[in-house]
Amino acid sequence: MDKIWLVIKREYLARVKKKSFLLATLLTPLIFPALMGVIVWLAVEERGSQALRIIEVVDENDLFFLESSEQYAFSFSDATLEEGKKLVQDGDRYGFLYIPKIDLTDPQGVVYYGEDNPNMNFIMRLENRLRKKIEEQRLLQSGIDPKIISEIRTDISIRSIRLDDEGTESVSNAAVNYGIGFVAGILIYMFIFIYGNQIMQGVIEEKSNRIIEILVSSIKPFQLMMGKIIGVAGVGLTQFLIWIILIGGLTTLVTGYLGMQLPQEQAMELAAQDMPTEEFSEAVPVNSDVAEILQVINGIDFFTITLSFVFYFLGGYLLYGALFAAIGSAVDAPSEAQQFMFPVTIPLLVAYMGLFVFVLNDPNSTTSFWLSIIPLSSPIGMMGRVSYGVPWYELLLSMGLLVLGFLATTWIAAKIYRIGILMHGTKPSYKLLWKWIKSSE
Amino acid sequence: MLEIKDLSKAFGNKQALTDIDLSVPEGVIFGLLGPNGAGKTTLIRIINQIIEADKGEIFLEGQKISPADIRKIGYLPEERGLYKKMKVWDQLIYFARLKGLSLDEAKSRVNHWMDKLEIASWKSKKIEDLSKGMAQKIQFIATIIHEPRLLILDEPFSGFDPVNAEIIKNEIIGLKNKGTTIILSTHRMESVELLCDRVAMINQSRKILDGPIREVKNSFKPEIFEVTLADIQEGLPLEFGAVEIAPGEWHFKTSLNGGTPNQLLSKFMSLGQVTQFDEVKPTMEEIFIHQVKSAENG
Repeated sequence: MDKIWLVIKREYLARVKKKSFLLATLLTPLIFPALMGVIVWLAVEERGSQALRIIEVVDENDLFFLESSEQYAFSFSDATLEEGKKLVQDGDRYGFLYIPKIDLTDPQGVVYYGEDNPNMNFIMRLENRLRKKIEEQRLLQSGIDPKIISEIRTDISIRSIRLDDEGTESVSNAAVNYGIGFVAGILIYMFIFIYGNQIMQGVIEEKSNRIIEILVSSIKPFQLMMGKIIGVAGVGLTQFLIWIILIGGLTTLVTGYLGMQLPQEQAMELAAQDMPTEEFSEAVPVNSDVAEILQVINGIDFFTITLSFVFYFLGGYLLYGALFAAIGSAVDAPSEAQQFMFPVTIPLLVAYMGLFVFVLNDPNSTTSFWLSIIPLSSPIGMMGRVSYGVPWYELLLSMGLLVLGFLATTWIAAKIYRIGILMHGTKPSYKLLWKWIKSSE
Repeated sequence: MLEIKDLSKAFGNKQALTDIDLSVPEGVIFGLLGPNGAGKTTLIRIINQIIEADKGEIFLEGQKISPADIRKIGYLPEERGLYKKMKVWDQLIYFARLKGLSLDEAKSRVNHWMDKLEIASWKSKKIEDLSKGMAQKIQFIATIIHEPRLLILDEPFSGFDPVNAEIIKNEIIGLKNKGTTIILSTHRMESVELLCDRVAMINQSRKILDGPIREVKNSFKPEIFEVTLADIQEGLPLEFGAVEIAPGEWHFKTSLNGGTPNQLLSKFMSLGQVTQFDEVKPTMEEIFIHQVKSAENG
């Protein structure tokens, strides 16, 4: 055990002391707030500088009225098609919307002319308004007063409450759950890839620099492999920790600097955190939105989520880390590693795609279930489900299988590693790797 | 010191070692010879417990070898290297500690050796900033830093310039004088003759030769004598293949042809003044080539 600790320490320090580590660790979190700042700045600039876009509208039906907005103004005239086009060509108008005489049951022939390609949003908005108008007209023709229509138009939002086996109710919010699953899944995916690769590079370095034979005369290959995997994990965790602190701090600074006031709800939330909840709810008359958000936040099982995140984060990393180490041991140079990356990359990619296509959209579908159970995909798959609430036995099954999966990949990897590190100049094939795995020694 | 009994190892269908028996006495330099692919490295790796034998046993100082013995063994592999981006000091401490030394012990030994080889100023240099010869010195220190009782050197002189090779050679002799047992695996026969007390030769997975270097050489002497004659009388025996090396001085190379050295000598004495009479001893190189060739033919 002492020796594993020595390896862990070396692997950790060798990486953390590098200038590139410092650079990547400090610069990466700067990128996010910087990007945010640029985007906000651009948006502010654009809004200020942009001239009003005037659109000439010719409506031969005398039926449609389009309300002007901050960005677009509509001017109605009796110009002909040719005159309208000319206005656009001469630059007098931003665009020209031509509505010929149309049959309300089958509206055809509406055309928009513009100097630029209009964006999708703009066209969709125009279409929406025209459709609404036509619908109103047709309702009117069928004898229904549009006033009644607008009167009966109702806004509704569904409040979703999760009911567990014990009958405890908790308010949930799909968007929040989605967000948690999304971020957790991506973090795990990135972590496995970035640091798995570092393990592989490290193994290849020891092999190609011929350090390995000196090492394995002092320490068991398995200890060496595990030491490296754990040491690199430490580097990753350190980096993540620094990022979280830096991103948090800088984002607050940047948003503060740009004078973007925190939305009221958020401010109240922050206030609420400073006060004991009970006192808060009694003393301050809260509007229902804030209460709702507070309830959602209360409804999230942060304990389970944090615990599962740490578990799947490390479990997934260890499971794949061993495989990356095995690949590194089998080849002489990073370029040769490519051919063996495939079976490692594919399940990760499947899990990643599965997260977006299945898990986050329907956490309880059969596909989602399997994605969150099979050890190769469960670190990413289960994190997509966990915020929505997963029965404890499924979570336990998935975690148990992940532990078994980790033991299995490590066992396989150790067999390949043990032989691979001493092989120079042989181009390994899958067949050869299989032979190494089978060889008992 | 080291006893190897009936050791065999195969990789798939390829037999790497077959029934090897070896005995390395305490305090000697033991030459392990053999052509490439003979099985030397496999044998060394088994002694270092990097791989396991299929069959057979190894005893170190009378005890069956175990992972705890790693501390007693120092190993300089033929394929060797160091972490390029790591500082000399950190690297030596790391290797020393992997061998089981405490941090304090490791520090004092590293200091001792860096002073001894006059390289203390390299401490905070990275290996990539050192020349190849310098790196080799560091490598050598890393091998012996834990003062092993048994030192295994696989082609220790490859990559050294003559000056550094000499320094390392002297260190090896110094270690031997302090009682370290050394196994030297090499192709360089001149260093074998210079350094080794005993040799064993492995060819095609089998041991084909084993013993003190003197005995080995004696058993291979081709019974050829070199003679130099001056003041030659009548009847020069030209059939001996004489060469005149100086006016009136002739050099012969001749075999005993079934007789004894005394008979040969008296024959020459009757011809003139014998100024030199030497038995030709084979070099290890010749024995090596002879053995490998006869194995190929037989």
